[in-house]
Amino acid sequence: MTDEVITPESQLTAMDRVRLARDPNRPGTLDYVNELLERVVELRGDRSFGDDQALIGGLGTFRGRAVVWMGHQGGTNTKENLERNFGMPRPEGFRKAKRLMQHAEKFALPIITFVDTSGADPGISSEERGQATAIAECLLQMIGTRVPIVCTVIGEGGSGGALSISLGDRMLMLENAVYAVASPEACAAILWKDAGKAAEAAATMRVTAADLQRFGMVDELIAEPIPAHEATRDTIRTVGERIEHHLAEVIASWDKDDNAAIEAMLDKRYQKYRVMGAWTTV
Amino acid sequence: MRSFFQRQGKFRPLTKTDERGMDGATIPEDLWTKCPKCGELLYTRELERNDRVCTKCSYHFRLSARERIDTLVDAGTFEEWDTEIRPTDPLEFTEPKGSYADKLVQTAKKSGENESLITGIGKINGRPIAIVVSEFSFLGASMGSVFGEKLVRAVERAIDLRIPVLTVNASGGARMHEGLFSLMQMAKTIAAFHRLGEHRLPHFSLLVDPCYGGVPASFATVADVMLAEPGALIGFAGQRVIEQVTRQKLPEGFQTAEFLLGHGMIDQIIERGNIRHTLMVLSDHYVGRPANAQTGYPRGLLAEDPVVDEVVENVRVGEEA
Repeated sequence: MTDEVITPESQLTAMDRVRLARDPNRPGTLDYVNELLERVVELRGDRSFGDDQALIGGLGTFRGRAVVWMGHQGGTNTKENLERNFGMPRPEGFRKAKRLMQHAEKFALPIITFVDTSGADPGISSEERGQATAIAECLLQMIGTRVPIVCTVIGEGGSGGALSISLGDRMLMLENAVYAVASPEACAAILWKDAGKAAEAAATMRVTAADLQRFGMVDELIAEPIPAHEATRDTIRTVGERIEHHLAEVIASWDKDDNAAIEAMLDKRYQKYRVMGAWTTV
Repeated sequence: MRSFFQRQGKFRPLTKTDERGMDGATIPEDLWTKCPKCGELLYTRELERNDRVCTKCSYHFRLSARERIDTLVDAGTFEEWDTEIRPTDPLEFTEPKGSYADKLVQTAKKSGENESLITGIGKINGRPIAIVVSEFSFLGASMGSVFGEKLVRAVERAIDLRIPVLTVNASGGARMHEGLFSLMQMAKTIAAFHRLGEHRLPHFSLLVDPCYGGVPASFATVADVMLAEPGALIGFAGQRVIEQVTRQKLPEGFQTAEFLLGHGMIDQIIERGNIRHTLMVLSDHYVGRPANAQTGYPRGLLAEDPVVDEVVENVRVGEEA
């Protein structure tokens, strides 16, 4: 035994982070909501077809202020995973999210979201009920929602299913969370013709919080000195502080009764995404 | 059966080894095109005159972006926008076949295009419209940074010019080689269309075969009018992925344009030959007829546009045109 201190950050590969992000004991949306919010009321159902327990949301009090919260939620055992479809939302989930955003807008309540999904459900019935349209309508609603929105990637950010509740004024990301356009396994299956090459794919896809901060897609990387599943309460407390900080900043220049202030906030949100991309000119 | 073989003997596509016709002149290999749906051998020039729709079974062949634009706009009216924007390799992405940077060079050479999206302005029977068409032969019309940037610039220009936007959407999904830059184009494009809507300008989306992933999960399915070509395959998840994940047999006609219409996801299925007329009518409804455009839905134009001739002036709802 030596007492040499190992700094894990430098030694973790992208795939290590993917595994940490997916750890079943890593705190999920409900853990954050139950710890950080008071007087929580879940609001269920999309008012069209059903209620999706893979994407949940409702009301709560965060630091003395009423907010609308939403997030992806998987299960910790088989029964829960079946109920929550492994955290992969179906169209009803996205339609519920859209409904809750409209609800937040109606009552001028800020929104906080927790992103943690391997992606939208790829099933026959989801296609029948318009999975693509449901995601698109949720995105269209979110980008124009006239209240402050702070999003945090707490685990795995998988493609369009994750993006659906990630358009906001601030984007936070835990150090061991990942966010990718496709799962490393899917990318490897397509480009390597071998899902077993996921580690190579993860490395070159640049899925870590540090990569995405460097690209300007993440406003703050929230350090995880100890991985979240080993230090649940500390991690949740830190995330709460950072959400509070960013929400306060956005709220400071927002006024629900001042149209110009709302438009200025929406314009900033537009510009935030407007500049994302990498190209050259000839 | 016998006559089929006889015909095949007479008309089978010529190969390199027997390129000589009866008079000894070289006959191009693509003189005949076989319809993948009904198997008919079609005289290519006639097929092209018919906007690449099978004259026997109405199968809609895939079009390149430039062929598509030719079928849409008044001849000579298309002006392309933002041709100077080129893709780059922000992730320094490497796959077994090499780097993304190399792949871009090879793909450009092979496809003759610099990216998977062509944008510009054109006129449809005199009505100006911003036109955005994806090019499937360029990395499956995946949505990378250039796709997003060109699309957003086109929408922003349409707002300045107060004209409608038509998007013709085929896509195989995300540009994995651009990682999260690719995903963020969904956000960026939908934001632009949100603005277009705030300016009360319409977005017409034409979904064509095949259209999957981030494109239909963002701007392409929240248009003000949703159109699709017959038989086009459209969905979020690809069919192989769904089969692998669910281990279920896919129902017949799954994810076709007809399936989407049946499930309430699109407004109309539209034959290629009727697209121009429909867009003209829609444009007039939403932004009004420009003062200098032809009045009415003139039969006078029909010589140039024989398709319009077949469309009844006032189609009653519920009746076939």
